[in-house]
Amino acid sequence: MSERITDPRAASWYEASARARLDGLLDSGSFAEILGPEQRKMSPHLPLFDLPRAFDDGLVIGSGRLDGRPVLVAAQEGRFMGGAFGEVHGAKLVGLLRAALGLKPAAVLILFDTGGVRLQEANAGETAIAEVMRAITEARAAGIPVIGLIGGRAGAYGGGGLIAGTCSRLAVSEGGRISVSGPEVIETNKGAEEFDSRDRALVWRTMGGKHRRLIGGADTFVDDTVAAFREAALALIGRAPAFDLATLEAEQARLERRLADFGECRDATEIWSRLGVNDPAAVPGLTAADFDALVAGLRETGHDAR
Amino acid sequence: MERLTFRHATKAPLVGRKPLAITGVVASGNLEVLLERTLPPDACTVEIETPVHGYGDVWEAVVADFVARAQPGGLRITINDGGARPDTVSLRLLQGARLMEG
Repeated sequence: MSERITDPRAASWYEASARARLDGLLDSGSFAEILGPEQRKMSPHLPLFDLPRAFDDGLVIGSGRLDGRPVLVAAQEGRFMGGAFGEVHGAKLVGLLRAALGLKPAAVLILFDTGGVRLQEANAGETAIAEVMRAITEARAAGIPVIGLIGGRAGAYGGGGLIAGTCSRLAVSEGGRISVSGPEVIETNKGAEEFDSRDRALVWRTMGGKHRRLIGGADTFVDDTVAAFREAALALIGRAPAFDLATLEAEQARLERRLADFGECRDATEIWSRLGVNDPAAVPGLTAADFDALVAGLRETGHDAR
Repeated sequence: MERLTFRHATKAPLVGRKPLAITGVVASGNLEVLLERTLPPDACTVEIETPVHGYGDVWEAVVADFVARAQPGGLRITINDGGARPDTVSLRLLQGARLMEG
């Protein structure tokens, strides 16, 4: 129906559209969209601001198969208003997660690509973030893994970063970034001395995929290809942790330890050094394979928390 | 927001049987095009929502050129525009017609 991925091993996840990512991620021809573009479930708010709408409100949802197993999927389109959560966008994701309770898929996969809440419909967007987090915890409590895949141009920021924190497992690529306040927001509020948003190396080593993997914020670091994300999703479904009191207490203890160990650090490279990385300056240049080998020897990165 | 609608008579239905296709994204300088095979084979409509006012003549010319080249009989085409240039519009329309043929 839309753009296709012809070679998933060569196709960049970062460059692909939300629809193309789904096409390459799922078993060929298995995707069935829910509330597709022809239903025209568009934002009721954007016309008030004389802003253009999208037929799917920037979120493609549906069902499909991953290596034969049924999954539910949601893919954000980062190029439409930065993939931001508006009322319809958020409601579609909440509905999908609630549907999972009845459908009992092997997993729900969320393909994040978002700057957070869409400010033109901020109240609805903020509510949606809270509802999504609750729906994820309910799905996880029912034994359904919720896997986040993060490698889009908008990263997973704002409420998207919060939602990512409630997922069972996360896979992230070099281009994917996970945080709450984005670089420009921090600079605007605290000044360029605190955080220079134009310093790309700073942004990537503070919020990028490798840093999140090193401190245990993400569970797998992947190359920027559609095939790599598919393999990561498959592997992570099998490794989803239980969602119980023991897991939450372990997560709390881990976060307390993280603060105690790294709270004084002024730069991500200091954290990596304390983690036992011999040559922190070389980390950003490592290939995924070399990076994986490095990660395998470090603490913090293997745990069942979050 | 400016809304434009163009209706064209076509000589033949667009080849292929695909009922639906979408291409492009609503982003700066881009647009999304939704194509649905819901009209009689001798008709094609193109409905446009654009935040850029005053370019109705240009849209009319681009759409007429597309209809003449693709003969998209039977298609209801709906466009959400993000301020795309005429060449981008033309490209997306042809991409959409190709997806419907496939």
